[in-house]
Amino acid sequence: MIRDIGQYFIFLRQVFINRETFITYYKLVLEECVSIGIGSLFLVALVSTFMGAVTTVQTAFNMVSSFIPDYVISQVVREMIVLELAPTIIAVIYAGKVGSSMASGLGTMRITEQIDALEVMGINSISYLVLPKIIASLMMYPMLVIIAGVCGILGGYLAGTLTGIVSPNDFVYGLRSSYNEFTITFALIKSFVFAFLVASISSYKGYNTKGGALEVGISSTQAVTTSVIAVLIADYLLAQLLLAQ
Amino acid sequence: MIKIENITKSFGDKLVINHISGVFEKGKPNLIIGASGTGKSVLLKSIVGLMKPDIGEVFYDGRNFYGSDRDTKIEIRRELGMLFQGGALFDSKNVEKNVMFPLDVLTKMSLAEKQERVNFCLQRVGLENVNSKMPSEISGGMKKRVGIARAIVNTPNYLFCDEPNSGLDPQTSIVIDDLIQDISEDLDITTIVVTHDMNSVMGIGERIMFIYKGEKLWEGTKNDITHSGVKELDDFVFANKVMNSLRGT
Repeated sequence: MIRDIGQYFIFLRQVFINRETFITYYKLVLEECVSIGIGSLFLVALVSTFMGAVTTVQTAFNMVSSFIPDYVISQVVREMIVLELAPTIIAVIYAGKVGSSMASGLGTMRITEQIDALEVMGINSISYLVLPKIIASLMMYPMLVIIAGVCGILGGYLAGTLTGIVSPNDFVYGLRSSYNEFTITFALIKSFVFAFLVASISSYKGYNTKGGALEVGISSTQAVTTSVIAVLIADYLLAQLLLAQ
Repeated sequence: MIKIENITKSFGDKLVINHISGVFEKGKPNLIIGASGTGKSVLLKSIVGLMKPDIGEVFYDGRNFYGSDRDTKIEIRRELGMLFQGGALFDSKNVEKNVMFPLDVLTKMSLAEKQERVNFCLQRVGLENVNSKMPSEISGGMKKRVGIARAIVNTPNYLFCDEPNSGLDPQTSIVIDDLIQDISEDLDITTIVVTHDMNSVMGIGERIMFIYKGEKLWEGTKNDITHSGVKELDDFVFANKVMNSLRGT
């Protein structure tokens, strides 16, 4: 495992040295942005809307005391969505969708000698293939997290108001009361870290695929598993570093 | 000209290439032949720098590849063209974009110049009106030809072909062999072809190196190959029924 971590850092170093021209990366980054961002939009919106809705219903279910005002429901929903569900749970889904796609794409390129073809041409294949994915991930994932946050709160609002759990006024009041803007900053910091981890780990696993079609599948699975573990560890460390009193 | 000296490569305890030296001249295809699993492809990958040998040097017109700094290595690599066993075409790009790729990344040519060069290379390998097709839409033989077009589009000084005829029918194999020979002669480049196809050997084998269990056992031409006196080579050459029927004639 230590050897693997060391190789991952060597891999990262190679991503950032011997780069090709800016225009080469520009086109590739745009292509990756479309693939990562637009391609994930529907899933992220769907999952986060339902996460918000379920969080509202479950929070209301746990509010057994009549001394607790209704608007607390939307406060809880806001904090859960912004602090944890939007950046972290969506990162798990992101690893499953985008991470596995990156790993299998690079793995297929490896076993069909497409990466060797790049190397023979004198191109730094790691930088050429991986850097655009990391940049696009850093650009698109925070946007997906913002969209997830909005959709989550919207989902919570719809579930709360349409079922009569909480009135529209109370829900909006709860969203605005005791608001700490640092939670947004914290969520965005997390989103940048998770975007980097998912893209780089998945690329590392895919790039280093050896064997055939079966190994591509194994690499893809390992990419998701490793990315998720890294996201969860980073989630805890960031919370400890930035939120602990 | 490419010169290799004492190339040795092992994977763990298994010695795959054992102190192979030789010279590959330009203008004619140089064939590396041998049965499957004898280390031909590993030798080729060691020559192009995809696998660093444990011991040994590779000289490209006197330039020591493994002894060079990074910039010189990149400079040498940009003079290489390689046809891979499966074509190694980029799945996400159509035929035109595949062939144009080295020009896009390595040159500052205008789009019109690039398109003209791509069309010339595709015509050179006998492909027309396939520019917009994706690799999944063309046959194995066409993929090989597109691979050759991509390999020569940036006018390389050195061309490498790894099993160019694998998976192809005999007629298409002859077309590919003739193409490799014509390109080597016309462009006056150093070409190395790895193959175990005796039709290729007898067709374009002007210079042949025979590898057996990781060692170079014989060097010569197609005219000498049938009476080399090397048992392992005879076993390889006459394993083919047609060749066996010619034995002793």
